[in-house]
Amino acid sequence: MPHTEVLLSGENITKIFGDFKANDNVNFSISKGEIHALLGENGAGKSTFVKIIYGLLKPDSGNVIWKNEIIEINGPKHARELGIGMVFQHFSLFEALTVLENISLALPEKNQSDDLEKRIEEISNEYGLQIDPKSRVFNLSVGEQQRVEIIRCLLQNPELLIMDEPTSVLTPQEISKLFEVLEKLSKSGCSILFITHKLEEVRSLTSRATILRRGKNVSTVATKDHTAKSFSQMMVGHEINTNKYKKIKIENENLLKINNLSRPAQNQFSVELKDINFSVRGGEILGIAGIAGNGQSELMEALTGEYLSIEADKIVFNGFDISNLKPNERRKHGISFIPEERIGHATVSSFNLSENFYLTDYINDNSSNYGIINTSFNYENASNIVNEYDVRVPHNNPLASSLSGGNLQKFIVGREISRKPKLLVASQPTWGVDVGAALEIRSQIIKIAEQGAIVIIISQDLDEIFLLSDLISVIYNGKLSKQFDKEKVNLEKIGLLMGGSS
Amino acid sequence: MITLSPRSNISFSLTLLTPIIAIFFTLVMGLIIFSFLGYDPLKSLYYFFIAPVSRPDQVAALAVKACPLILIASGLVFCYRSNIWNIGAEGQLVFGAIFSGWLALNFLESNSFLLLPCMMLVAILGGMFWALIPAILKIRFNTNEILVSLMLTYVASLFIDFLVRGPWRDPMSFGFPLTPTYSDAALIDRVYIPFVGYIGQLHYGVFVALFVSVILWFVLMKMLPGFKIRVTGESSSAAIFAGFNPSHVTIMVMCISGGTAGLAGMIEVSANIGQLQPNISFGYGFTAIIVAFLARLNPLAAIPAGLIVALAELGGDSVQISMGMPKVVTGVFKGLLLLSLLAGETFNRYHIKFDFKKGNK
Repeated sequence: MPHTEVLLSGENITKIFGDFKANDNVNFSISKGEIHALLGENGAGKSTFVKIIYGLLKPDSGNVIWKNEIIEINGPKHARELGIGMVFQHFSLFEALTVLENISLALPEKNQSDDLEKRIEEISNEYGLQIDPKSRVFNLSVGEQQRVEIIRCLLQNPELLIMDEPTSVLTPQEISKLFEVLEKLSKSGCSILFITHKLEEVRSLTSRATILRRGKNVSTVATKDHTAKSFSQMMVGHEINTNKYKKIKIENENLLKINNLSRPAQNQFSVELKDINFSVRGGEILGIAGIAGNGQSELMEALTGEYLSIEADKIVFNGFDISNLKPNERRKHGISFIPEERIGHATVSSFNLSENFYLTDYINDNSSNYGIINTSFNYENASNIVNEYDVRVPHNNPLASSLSGGNLQKFIVGREISRKPKLLVASQPTWGVDVGAALEIRSQIIKIAEQGAIVIIISQDLDEIFLLSDLISVIYNGKLSKQFDKEKVNLEKIGLLMGGSS
Repeated sequence: MITLSPRSNISFSLTLLTPIIAIFFTLVMGLIIFSFLGYDPLKSLYYFFIAPVSRPDQVAALAVKACPLILIASGLVFCYRSNIWNIGAEGQLVFGAIFSGWLALNFLESNSFLLLPCMMLVAILGGMFWALIPAILKIRFNTNEILVSLMLTYVASLFIDFLVRGPWRDPMSFGFPLTPTYSDAALIDRVYIPFVGYIGQLHYGVFVALFVSVILWFVLMKMLPGFKIRVTGESSSAAIFAGFNPSHVTIMVMCISGGTAGLAGMIEVSANIGQLQPNISFGYGFTAIIVAFLARLNPLAAIPAGLIVALAELGGDSVQISMGMPKVVTGVFKGLLLLSLLAGETFNRYHIKFDFKKGNK
């Protein structure tokens, strides 16, 4: 172990919400200059733990030890004064302001000075974080926005930098740039706590990893002794069977054609869709890769019918022009949709599962008679989905809000697939879902493609795109690239397209 | 720090018990307030809660008072469930009265049994018409329905004022702003029970209100249109994803609430007044907003909620008359009653946590 001096440690940290133990006797330590990974599935307690370190939450028991002293962190401000900085997964930048203004707003008064701009430039040169302090945030790519967040932290000379899933929004090229920055920082003595669930990153960047599972720490290990596979076993607790992902390729007559689909930007923060053309056949999975905010949600709305294009013949499915059909009318043509937002979009959180089943099934003649909802029919179907798709429910027909993210997503996927669609459009189907549920969901998606359905997956997760797709396109700035055969394209090529170069 | 966190399971028996606890709390607070002000506390409570309902005809008066509140609140529930803030029910009530009044005044000689149902129908249409103005302006020009519906209330009351002073005034009214009295066929009868007779002022309109509130409950909770309304209110993006048109929902809920308010206006006039006059409502359209929320936006619960609010109104009048208690005191007590009921409901659904540990911000 090259690092000897312990910077921060947590001893027997326990945090309880209601009757749920989010952290159960977690032990952790990070040394000076170390890059340490915190690994775990969603809901394993990673976020709770770092929120305790950053002073956002107070532990119910256990000690936080900073430089050999037991301390009580009173809040994020106190944490920053101690020398702990954090870059959140969701940035807290004002889009309409410039980089300089954003940074200046967040700094405590004593750090304000006239030469702030010069200091920003110094830091960005020192660590290779290129940024123009005068540009406005909404013009920046996600990777650049992240740099702003990092610079903002670095200006306060932190000794520990916490990064919450920093790579989930970046292209492969941006990720390797970020890693260079982090390595430089670590060499200059700053410790980095790196939260992720991407296992390859752990091996390429960090020296040690602490694995959490259901609030408890499984172990802390040196990363060089382990493989991605052994990490995932530690995270999930059992072996993962990846063979399910082998897809048999079949072709049938189902056909979706998108012809010169354009859509003007609705406001200054949304993206204009420019002349999108593609076609997919039954049995094929088309993966649409891209970094968030390049037109995915605009494209999804056009495909679901939440946004209706005015001109005819833009979207043609099996010979029908569905361009001007609303989502429920498109469902009647055998199309299913899985939107990105589980709560408040795909489901209503305060409704129970049978009402949420009815939400996209009311077009079915059996689910209501003369406008009177057939409660028992919907209840039965919802229960069937719960059984068939292994949705873990606390009791019969619970509210959508009482299900965990992964289980709710399994319910939604089950609801949409059980209608036996001829076309399934899914946006981020496994986003924020634990490994086990993601596995189930992906194998269900493959299954319906094998039965002849057309599948379109819009995802920012490149691993997922490469796992599932037969064809890959990249969306960048509202334009869709040509389709590549998965077998004939590599990660690097797709990554370059995601970054806007061709 | 005090935090509220939602309870994972809400017990049904506790839900029924909550209003009782809340009323008990109000009584205790009432005892304290009244004795501090120098009134005999028990006597005050008696005149507030017991005296107004101590005789059958008084119970009937309570039901008559609650009738428009129940009717309007059951319709307003639809608006509030879908996040449309119609607070102009008072104006829609007035327009219901105007439309049905127009029919009644044109058939002053009629004794057809069809007159009353036709009046109900046009009253509903009148309320809808007045409610559709803010709805259409909202859809077309994105105006704020709170402002528009409220302001239209004042337009409506000025309009009825104009009618009864001008074109519709009874030439025989000695200059009073009154229309001619409706024919008997345009009036709603009092309820007659064989061997018992009339029970105070209890009229058949009360049963119409109960019937409408049950029907509306069924539509809201058990039927597709109600489902659309509930989804739209909970999440507009889920509604659009399902394929519901938010503009249609806006039109639908404004029609329902306008229609019930219009019907309430017609019943008020045909059952209690018998002719149009400048003031036909005691602010029922506004009081019904409180009733709707007290009923937790459930049309069926609007029945007990309407009765409670009506009792608070009558009780307030009763202590003012019997004990000379100032109006402000009865107002405070009424407010206390509503506050405890709503707070009780909140505590039924949420845990309250006190945490005064240092540095927890």
